[in-house]
Amino acid sequence: MRQITYRDALREAIEFEMRRDPRIFLAGEDAGMMGGANFVTKASFDEFGPTRIKDTPISETAIIGLAVGSAVTGLRPVVEITFMDFMGVCMDEVANQAAKMRYMFGGKAKLPLVIRTVNGAGNRTAAQHSQSLEAWLTHIPGLKVVMPSTPENAKGLFFSAVRDDNPVVFVENRMLYNMKGDCPEGEYIVPMGKAEVVCQGKDVTIISYSKTIHTSLSAANLLHKDGINAEVIDLQTLVPLDKSTILASIKKTGKVVIVHEAVKTSGFGAEIAAIIADEAFSFLKSPIKRVTAPDTPIPYAAKLEDEFIPDENKIINAVKSIY
Amino acid sequence: MQINKQKMFSMYKTMLTIRRFEERVAKLYASGSITGAVHLYTGEEAIAAGVCTNLRPDDYITSTHRGHGHLIAKGGKLNLMMAELFQKKTGYCKGKGGSMHICDMSLGIIGSNGIVGAGLVISVGAGQTCKTNGKGQVCVCFFGDGAANRGTFHEGINMASIWKLPIVFVCENNYYGISGCQREMMNICNISDRAKSYGIPGLTAEGNDVLAVYNATAEAVERARSGGGPTLLEFRTWRHRGHWEGDPDEWRKKEEHEMWLKKEPIGNFSKFLIENKHATKEEIAQIEDEVISELVEAINYAKESPSVSTDQLYEDVYFKG
Repeated sequence: MRQITYRDALREAIEFEMRRDPRIFLAGEDAGMMGGANFVTKASFDEFGPTRIKDTPISETAIIGLAVGSAVTGLRPVVEITFMDFMGVCMDEVANQAAKMRYMFGGKAKLPLVIRTVNGAGNRTAAQHSQSLEAWLTHIPGLKVVMPSTPENAKGLFFSAVRDDNPVVFVENRMLYNMKGDCPEGEYIVPMGKAEVVCQGKDVTIISYSKTIHTSLSAANLLHKDGINAEVIDLQTLVPLDKSTILASIKKTGKVVIVHEAVKTSGFGAEIAAIIADEAFSFLKSPIKRVTAPDTPIPYAAKLEDEFIPDENKIINAVKSIY
Repeated sequence: MQINKQKMFSMYKTMLTIRRFEERVAKLYASGSITGAVHLYTGEEAIAAGVCTNLRPDDYITSTHRGHGHLIAKGGKLNLMMAELFQKKTGYCKGKGGSMHICDMSLGIIGSNGIVGAGLVISVGAGQTCKTNGKGQVCVCFFGDGAANRGTFHEGINMASIWKLPIVFVCENNYYGISGCQREMMNICNISDRAKSYGIPGLTAEGNDVLAVYNATAEAVERARSGGGPTLLEFRTWRHRGHWEGDPDEWRKKEEHEMWLKKEPIGNFSKFLIENKHATKEEIAQIEDEVISELVEAINYAKESPSVSTDQLYEDVYFKG
C-alpha cells in the first residue's frame, strides 16, 4: 500500500468531504493560507478559498460559537482549536452549548460539527502547548471524542466524524503529523466506537490510543524477545468506547496495562480500569496497571519532558511487574 | 416610518400575550405547579414585540435566560411552552429543558440559554448560515446589560463585523444583573457606544416604546438583509420583577422602580392606540379576550398532557441516525 503522512491523510479526507458536501466549511486561527498551525490544509486553500476556509481572529469562544450556531442551523462546520490547551478558553461553548443542546432541546436539534484540536508533548513547548486533556471532554455526555494514531485511522475516522450528526472532538497528535504509514486512496470509513487489536497476543493486554500506541507497540516487540506475547489495543475512539474489544482481550489474557500520555489522576485510564474491574473482575489474574504521565505540568527542558512522557521502559516494567 | 394598523394590533397582542402568559406563570410558580428557575420578562415586552415584528419566519433568534417574551414574539406556541414549564412530555423540550432552554427550530428560535452571553457567539454561526444560504435571512441576538461585559460580547461582535454577517445585536438594558448595577459594572452610559470599536452602527433607544423599538430594528434588519453587516442596538427598559421568581429584589432603588412603572409599555401603548384613533376601546378589549382564551387553552393543554416518563432521561443525548 502507498505510504503518506498523517498530515496528508487528514488533508485528503478533509478535501474529499468538502468536495462532496457544500455545507462543510473550515474555520480557525490561521486556517486559511497557512492551513492551520500545523499546515494540514495549506494545500487546500487555493481550491476552496476564503468562503469555505475561514481565517478567524484569536477568538476560541467565537470559533466554537460559530460552529454551534452554524451546525444547528444546517451547515456542517469543521473548526480548529490550535492546541487542546486552549480548550479552557472555549469550554462553555463546548461543554454547555455543543454537548447539551440536543438534550436540553428534547432532541429537536442536530449539531453536526467537528472540533479539530491538537495534543501531544515532545516538542519542547512546555505546559500550555502540549497537554492531553481528553478526560475533560470524555466527562461531558453529548460529545464524541476521537484520537487517531496512524495516517490510515486518522483519515478513516475523519470521514466518520464529519458525517456524524453529533459534536465530535477530533484530537490530532502533533508528533504524528510527519509520521508516514499505509493509507488507502479515496474514501473509506473507520467507524467511531470501534477499537482495533493492532498486535495479537495471549499473555497481557496493553490498551492505549493516539501516539502512545506506537510506544506500546515498540514495548510489545521488546517484550516478545523476552517471551511475553502482548496484545495491543488501539481504542481510536474514547467516546463511544468499544468495551467489548477491551473485555474480550482481558478475558483472554487476564492481565492489563493501560497507557496514555495524559496525567494519571482522573485520566481516561482510570475509567478503563474501572470498567475492567467492574465487568471482567473474575478474569483478572493480577492488578490493573497504568502507565501515564505523572501528575505534573509539562516542563520545557528536554530531559524533564522526556521523563514526563511514558516510554517503552515504563511499559515493559509495568508488564513485568504483573508477569 | 409608517406602521399600519394591522402591525400595531399585532404588536399590541404580542406584548399582551407575553404579559398575561407570565402573570399566569408567576401564579403557577407561587403555587408550586411550575418549579425550577424562572426569569420573567414582565415590563420588557415592547422590545421582543417591536424587534420580532420585523422578522420573517425563516429568520433566527438567539434568546436568553429571560426568554419567554422572545419566544412568544417569534411565534412560539403557548401550549408547548406551558407544557414544558409543567414538566410534561408534550412540552417544547419534552420536559428536559424548562424555562431556560425552550427552542423551536421550525421557527428559527435557536433556544433560550442558561449561560449569560452565550448567544453572542452562537448568533455568529447562525449569521454565517444566513450568509451562506443567500436568501436574505438575518439573525437577531438578544442579550442583556450584564452579558455586554462578557468576552463573548467582544469575540462575537468582532467576528460578525469582520465578516459583515447579517446579525442584529439587541441589548436589553434593564440596568441590573441581579443586584449588580450597570453604572458600577461599566464605565460608560450607552452600551451602544461600544459599536464604534467594531466599526458598526450603534444606537440607543427607548425600549418601552414599541414603535421606537420597531423603527430602530427595521433599519438594522434592512441593513443586515441587504449585506450591510451587523448593528448594535440598545433598548433601555426595566424588569418589573426580581431577577428570578423568588428574588427578594432588595437591590434596586424603590424610586427607580416606581419611575419605571410609569413608563410601563403595554398600558402606554393601548393609550396611544386609542388616543390616536388607531383602535377603539372595544377592539382593545377584544384583543384581551382573545389572549385570555388562548392562554386558558394553553394551560389546559399543559395540565392534561402526560407527564414525563423516566426512560426519557436516557434519550436524546446523541443523535442516532
